[in-house]
Amino acid sequence: MRVLMFGWEFPPHISGGLGTACHGLTKGMAHIPELDVIFVVPKAWGDEDQSTIQLLAAENFPVRKKSVEMRGFLKEMTFLEIHSRIMPYMSPEEYEKIDKKRHSGSSIYFNTELIGKLKFTGKYGPDLFQEIANYALIAGVIAEDLSFDIIHAHDWLAYPAGIAAKEASGKPLVIHVHATDFDRSGGSVNPAVFEIERRGMEIADKIIAVSNLTRRTIIEKYGIDPSRVVTVYNAVEPSRLMDDLKFRKKGNDKIVTFLGRITMQKGPEYFIEAANKVLKKSSNVRFVMAGSGDMFPRMIKHAARLGITDKFHFTGFLKGPDVHQMFLMSDLYVMPSVSEPFGISPLEAMQSNVPVIISHQSGVSEILKHAIKIDFWDIDAMADAIYGILHYGALSEMFKKYGKSEVANLKWETSALLVKEIYDEVLCQ
Amino acid sequence: MKTICLYFQVHQPFRIRRYRFFDIGDSEYYYDDYANESLMKKIAAKCYLPANQLMLELIEKHGNGFKIAYSISGTALDQFELYAPEVLESFKRLADTGMVEFLAETHSHSLVSLADPDEFRSQVTRHSERIETLFGSKPKVFRNTELVYSDEIGSLIADMGFMAMLSEGARHMLGWKSPNYLYNNAINPKLKVLLRNFMLSDDIAFRFSNRNWDQWPLTAEKFVTWLKNKNRKEDIINIFIEYETFGEHHSAESGIFDFFRVLPRAAFKHKEFNFLTPSEAVSRLQPVDAIHVPYPASWADEEKDLSAWLGNDMQNEAFSKLNELRSLVRKTTDHIILTDWHYLQVSDHLYYMSTKVFSDGEVHKHYNPYESPYDAFINYMNVLSDFTRRLNKLVGSKEAKTDQMERMLKEKEEQIASLQRMIDEMREAKQPIVGPVGIAEKPRGETSTLAAGTQGIAKGTAAITTPLSAVTSEKIKNKLREPEEAETGKKKPQSKISSSSASGNH
Repeated sequence: MRVLMFGWEFPPHISGGLGTACHGLTKGMAHIPELDVIFVVPKAWGDEDQSTIQLLAAENFPVRKKSVEMRGFLKEMTFLEIHSRIMPYMSPEEYEKIDKKRHSGSSIYFNTELIGKLKFTGKYGPDLFQEIANYALIAGVIAEDLSFDIIHAHDWLAYPAGIAAKEASGKPLVIHVHATDFDRSGGSVNPAVFEIERRGMEIADKIIAVSNLTRRTIIEKYGIDPSRVVTVYNAVEPSRLMDDLKFRKKGNDKIVTFLGRITMQKGPEYFIEAANKVLKKSSNVRFVMAGSGDMFPRMIKHAARLGITDKFHFTGFLKGPDVHQMFLMSDLYVMPSVSEPFGISPLEAMQSNVPVIISHQSGVSEILKHAIKIDFWDIDAMADAIYGILHYGALSEMFKKYGKSEVANLKWETSALLVKEIYDEVLCQ
Repeated sequence: MKTICLYFQVHQPFRIRRYRFFDIGDSEYYYDDYANESLMKKIAAKCYLPANQLMLELIEKHGNGFKIAYSISGTALDQFELYAPEVLESFKRLADTGMVEFLAETHSHSLVSLADPDEFRSQVTRHSERIETLFGSKPKVFRNTELVYSDEIGSLIADMGFMAMLSEGARHMLGWKSPNYLYNNAINPKLKVLLRNFMLSDDIAFRFSNRNWDQWPLTAEKFVTWLKNKNRKEDIINIFIEYETFGEHHSAESGIFDFFRVLPRAAFKHKEFNFLTPSEAVSRLQPVDAIHVPYPASWADEEKDLSAWLGNDMQNEAFSKLNELRSLVRKTTDHIILTDWHYLQVSDHLYYMSTKVFSDGEVHKHYNPYESPYDAFINYMNVLSDFTRRLNKLVGSKEAKTDQMERMLKEKEEQIASLQRMIDEMREAKQPIVGPVGIAEKPRGETSTLAAGTQGIAKGTAAITTPLSAVTSEKIKNKLREPEEAETGKKKPQSKISSSSASGNH
């Protein structure tokens, strides 16, 4: 079975958990012999891990015309008529073949590079809608060009691409919801994004949600028939233990870590408030907020206003080995997310023998037993749990003993098998 | 003749309120009054009162035929007094019939039998006295918290003068043997052991309302047939269940009350059955063998061991931290401290921390006020931290001061000794400098006497310093003791006031 998969980012170029999750899932799928995955991302750097999948960068499908006009770029459906107008530059034979299939329709103009390839930045930015539209456009072309059995699109950025591919090929579409705009925006949903998401969900043959929390959001907020939404939990890749540490923890202070984008969705201010409460009672503890995001300056001011910056540290954005390093230095990891569809990072912390506190408002809390769960707003409970783990030794021991084996049982292979079952079901319909 | 021995366990813990770490040192009140009062009132209405009424009716109806036994924990008695005195009254009415036996247990429903024999004895005595005061007769049979039993605990109980003790009829202690006989303790054969038939007990306690059970619905007739089908020679069937089985674990609608209403009649249809209280059964039956239980067993879960209370690191830490305080608690007479001590020892607190909730599920979830075992542990440890703080403030600080002084003295003594050694070494070192050749020439014996001489000097100085330091340390100790006595003397009336106000509810 061949799967045409549309994503937006892939390790090592990631801005969030989406890339990690896509990577893990495709790796898990590689264990299923009959599955063959073609992964499409809008921008490939060339150093991605391609051992398990065939990575196609949309950018590498040259576009014949230098500029393609597009009216109302959010009308993904029109791409069907449009996409033949942008001709991927391939071999002359292919070129001719596709050229003959040209449809007439509304005309689109894209700004492209001189060689005729569409230029993708591959970063979340202000021209994101344009990127999504471009991506969808090329997805349709790819779908016509390649042979496959099913389409799998990750998150809203790739839904239009998935839809375009479905329309071009007539193959079933499975969309994978890693987050909704309700999670990202904290309630003030962007109507344009909502519309893209809702369309994706309506057109998809099956919807995969990363947790029951997300599944509920899809059913309740997007009005989708519950029978079409299935929960498949994420997993975590076995950690590669690194012993060659660049820095080791110095001193006896315990370190409590927040690691993630510093945005409203992640609840950084609750972490600061809880830290403040703990610092009032105990002196041998330090707090670290690792990551960057739009709330970063506000959080620094917040910590300064509370007068705790001697014990509260900001690291800025961490990636790859630094993240692992941070976990190794931590005595406790806190994820106070306001709305977290899944949340892989606590699992990574547990792999490094770090106890975790997670919010009930996270998908991962549905499957973890050996973690302390609190409501994100309940800073008293959060502070109490932090204090408890740092002061009552048996707790850390318990988490070390059970946490690691619990996480070891969350395998991407399992998730991939569930996804495969969904494919089978969809193809049978 | 086959004896049916029915015993019901009555227990309620004082549940701890949400106690955050920033309450430590700030708030000295630990209990969730709302939960404790409302749960007690609810269970009294649904279980204790109607069940007691039913038992009373059955006893009246069957003359001298129907007999039962209860064990009521000290914390449950406290809660009856505080929140549901009518329940205590109805137990007293049951006691008045003479058909009901009240057993002894640890007053705090604690696991102290595993930690401290002295404290264990004092808790048992305290409970026995209270039962005697309330119900008029001194308990002769003992049942330990959670039916925890081992050869050693049994022998302790035998030494206290009890005639019998109850235990789980666990497979791992019985092997091929049947629980349906009377046994005796392996160390002290005078103590008889009654073993719970967990199959038949759990048919009622756990499975009665389970519609997926292939024997559902369980009727009294069916149950009696099971008893009848037992080996003819078997003497006694011990049905030991929690009293909350009535109306609480199984709702009244499940028919649990009706089941018991007709159980005696169904049994009496067959001439071979009688009902006896544990002490009657023990005096009428002959033990068949000693039961060997080297490691403590209990009535919990599949394992019938201690793993539900002391099965993980958190439970062990909490239990050992609690037990560390025992020596300090003995030094105080403060009523409020002792009451907290009594309530904090209740085994339920440890039960809430069991990680078996993840595997064994249902049973462990019942009435667990905590979301997770971790949550339970943090809350309990916060309370224990505050309790330790108060205890130290009351009795510990002076202890700590004397300890510190003693330590300082010891350090000084060591310093003196080491200085002395240095002096000696230097003196010895002097000798070879004066005449290195001479020493080499001298016969061995002489150098050794010389060395012995210097050692003698060193010993002499040490001998002088030790008595001196001993005297000073005694003096310091006495000095410290004086104000302590004076203070406790002053404090006594205070604690009396507080104790009378606290016991005002009694």
